[in-house]
Amino acid sequence: MEFAALLRSSDRKPVRYLVVDDSVFARKNLAKMIESFGGQLAGEAGDGCTAITEYDRTHPDVVLMDITMPQMEGIEAAERIVRQHPDARIVMVSSVGYQENIVTALQKGARHFVQKPVKPEVLYEVIRYVLGESAVAVETANAGGIQ
Amino acid sequence: MRMELIQPFINAADAVLAETLNCATHMGDVTMEEEAYRRKGIAAIVVIHGDIEGRVIFDLDPQTAVNVAGALAGAPVSETEAVVRETICELANLVIGNAVTTLNDQGFRFKICPPAIHTDESGMKNSEDTEALVMSFDTASGCVYMNIAMKYNRRRHHEREAAVSM
Repeated sequence: MEFAALLRSSDRKPVRYLVVDDSVFARKNLAKMIESFGGQLAGEAGDGCTAITEYDRTHPDVVLMDITMPQMEGIEAAERIVRQHPDARIVMVSSVGYQENIVTALQKGARHFVQKPVKPEVLYEVIRYVLGESAVAVETANAGGIQ
Repeated sequence: MRMELIQPFINAADAVLAETLNCATHMGDVTMEEEAYRRKGIAAIVVIHGDIEGRVIFDLDPQTAVNVAGALAGAPVSETEAVVRETICELANLVIGNAVTTLNDQGFRFKICPPAIHTDESGMKNSEDTEALVMSFDTASGCVYMNIAMKYNRRRHHEREAAVSM
């Protein structure tokens, strides 16, 4: 599957992502999808505490945040990040997708929710929606593809 | 054995395996076991407490785990014990998370313990009033075994029924 590259409207540079998940495989998988969307990996974290530090360090355009993690869970980390950075765009990515969980995450400041296992086409559309006019989709000769 | 409790796990395993491994899955043998569970390869156990009580075991041989790890990561990975363990736990998390979503939206409340690697050679005994359902999923990456022993928490089940009848 090929995707038009998502670039920032302001400077036409790749959208930068922070990927937060305690599973190395999940982070690798998401990083591969990000690459296929024409994005750039700004940072990675394996727990909520590190996610906050990495957000402050990298100021990504989008955060992809798991919910169930050691030390600090994703919803609390999202809440803390949004408290400090109200414009933060956080997409929760979790296998646990029951209504209460989703509503709580949205109430705490997350912009959207994607259930695992992640379908690249679903994540792409969610990211486009969350970025809104802050990003443009550009068809390029070397547009990303994913199997 | 309450199939209404088991079915969400079967559906979740089928869907997660098909999606992550990008292949058709085929459910192999299904058996009931009352004896202690003896792992076939590397196994992870997830324990559930609350309205529903029980446990689910995922069991893969190391080569299958490496194949699944490659599919999860989107690139080939080398076989190490850490890779195998992480793979089984991640697979367990994905399946359990999806099953929990279904059961939670049906009104069941319970807690899930994080997956723990089950290394005991002598097996794992089911509780005396719980049989285990053992099934295998044949995939392009190899065979994945799932062993489920699940029952209603009697006290909470009565409370739920009483609440519904009021």
